[in-house]
Amino acid sequence: MNRAESVSKKALTAQAGFGRYLDSLRYALHVITHPFDGFWDLVHEKRGTLGAAHTFLALFLLTRVLKLLLTSFQFISAPVQYINVFEEMASLALPFLILCLANWAMTTLFDGKGRFRDIYTAMCYALVPYILIQLPMILVSNMLTFEEASLYSVMLSISVIWSVFLVFVGLMEVHDYGPGKTFIFMIVTVVGAAVIIFLLLVFFSLLSDALSYFISMYREIVFRLN
Amino acid sequence: MKRMKRLAALLGCFLILIPLAATAEDGFSTSYTYTYDFWEDSQASPDAYRVATVIDSMTLGLDNLEGVRINKPQALYARGNLLYLCDTSNNRILEIERGKGNTFTVKRIIREMKGSAVNTFSQPYDVFADPEGNLYVADYGNQRVTKMDRDLNWIQDFVKPADATFDQKLNFLPRKIVVDVAGRVYALCQNVNKGLAKYEADGTFSGFIGANAVKISMAEYMWKRYFQTREQRAQTESFVPTEYENIYIDREGFIYATNIVFSEYDLKSDSAKPIRRLNSLGNDILIKNDRFPPIGDLWWIEQGSEGYGPSKFVDITVMDNDIYVALDRTRGRLFGYDSQGVMLWAFGTKGNVEGAFTGAVSIEHMGYDLLVLDQVENSVTLFQTTEYGQTIYDASEAYLRGEYDASADQWRSVLKMNANYPLAFRGIGRAVLRQNRYEEAMDYFKLAHDRANYGRAFKLYRKDWVEANIGWILGILAAVLIIPLVIGRIRRMKGEVVMHEQSRIRK
Repeated sequence: MNRAESVSKKALTAQAGFGRYLDSLRYALHVITHPFDGFWDLVHEKRGTLGAAHTFLALFLLTRVLKLLLTSFQFISAPVQYINVFEEMASLALPFLILCLANWAMTTLFDGKGRFRDIYTAMCYALVPYILIQLPMILVSNMLTFEEASLYSVMLSISVIWSVFLVFVGLMEVHDYGPGKTFIFMIVTVVGAAVIIFLLLVFFSLLSDALSYFISMYREIVFRLN
Repeated sequence: MKRMKRLAALLGCFLILIPLAATAEDGFSTSYTYTYDFWEDSQASPDAYRVATVIDSMTLGLDNLEGVRINKPQALYARGNLLYLCDTSNNRILEIERGKGNTFTVKRIIREMKGSAVNTFSQPYDVFADPEGNLYVADYGNQRVTKMDRDLNWIQDFVKPADATFDQKLNFLPRKIVVDVAGRVYALCQNVNKGLAKYEADGTFSGFIGANAVKISMAEYMWKRYFQTREQRAQTESFVPTEYENIYIDREGFIYATNIVFSEYDLKSDSAKPIRRLNSLGNDILIKNDRFPPIGDLWWIEQGSEGYGPSKFVDITVMDNDIYVALDRTRGRLFGYDSQGVMLWAFGTKGNVEGAFTGAVSIEHMGYDLLVLDQVENSVTLFQTTEYGQTIYDASEAYLRGEYDASADQWRSVLKMNANYPLAFRGIGRAVLRQNRYEEAMDYFKLAHDRANYGRAFKLYRKDWVEANIGWILGILAAVLIIPLVIGRIRRMKGEVVMHEQSRIRK
């Protein structure tokens, strides 16, 4: 009896977990239309989930790749024969993560309220308009002619402007900053990301130097012993 | 049987060798003839032209005539079956007649004329023959352009203009000349950067046309104006317009001019304009409808190696079908463009075998045949079209005449010889589109990467498609609109029933 109850409880929570995931996905629609309330509740009322955030990031990467491969050739000149899908994805995902990390690192020092998890979630939710507009536009591009390119490009610009606006509002709400401070910290974040990339490069070059030092030392010892 | 086997083995060997012979990797190490594809990669192509013969002092028999061999010739001019060659260092002009079967014989050696104060030439740099047979010579060393009739009787001289626009301290050094139908002479003079000196037929100077515009960026101006000291400013190079390298007058009287002084970074943005077509006001009216302006090679190998640098067009010639061919000094190549500025082919290389050049200086055409003058080899190379090259010309001319189906057939045979030829796909696409076969036309335009034409074909295809499928499109639209309404209705009715039940229970 007891056991059966615990099992059913587990199943119930799993179901509730999935339900919560679905809710958090649906909540994205609220966030992009009511960004100020939406982002606040997303983080502080736990309306968003990490799962949904991962989903949006994955969809974003997928959108980018599909856009390169499937958009009508009238609007995009992607050298399909040279495209590496994983390279393409990594070249977007890594900067995204580094920027999130840089933002977290900078805002933590200047009383930003957001944890890394909150920043990541908010930023992923900010990508939703991009996905919602650009994914259908891939299909639409195959129904448009070259003369109607303006319609296509206007829609693309709207999606980008909307997403950038959401990033701005998202950071504002997550950290409980004013607009001016948010703007400054967006610039600081870019600088921070550059520093992170620089440190990574230095780290890897030092690492390879150190490795080669030990390898040559090993070779020297082996040589002497023989 | 044994012979068959040997033949098969030989064929096998050829099949192995073919891919080795046809390697086109970049704009430098490429096959002899090539084109550029949509992605700026060079693609090997069948030869559009092949060497028919090479003319030099030996084949002309000059040793027997005067005993003086051609030395540093600077210009060629062709009219009809006559070819004029400026043998600059020997101060003479060779009049060469082209007979049947590509035989070239010297008709006259022009060393002097009759009736002028100075009858001989000194370093003649260019020659021009008008339809009446009058000869114009850019007599560089004597500082004049001189005109004579077909029997070499002097008619008049065009000399240094006594005009304020011409700097009187400079010598008058005409390097290249063209003459239009009205007898107006346009001279390209050394050390003059105001454009071409234009003379009326009676010899009066009437000004300069087509000066290269000087461009200076805002940043450069600010830097010069506000941040440099007077001494620094004196030391940096000043912004002056550049001289043209060569000129050619086409059958409509427009002057094609080439320019070799530019920054290589300005090429692709089309601010360098190495080839220009000047109208009577001196404005550039060259049509550029391709992805790239006509600049020759799109890219080249790294700095410091031989063959580095952008293509530098030392001469240009325009055929009667408005196809122009520019001669590149850097890599000894010829680039053919059609009237829309689309590259048709490129071929040539540096070297001293047949079909390669060491010091290409001048190009002329006789019909479709091309003649290239080499000032180091002292020879003229005659190129004649192959079946491939000729079919390209036939196809584009048929299209210009309005024979679209004939043109499509020609383009199909071009495709059989070179499947990497975007112009052929476009040509077939246009013909197929005129027959209302939209979907097929779309395929061809897509292969040609022709967006505007693809859009045109697709628009018609889309219209047909919507008209054919309007039934179920409306059906789906209606369903999408009506089904939610019906569902809502049913729900409401159900709710009413439940409410009714409940009210009965309450009673």
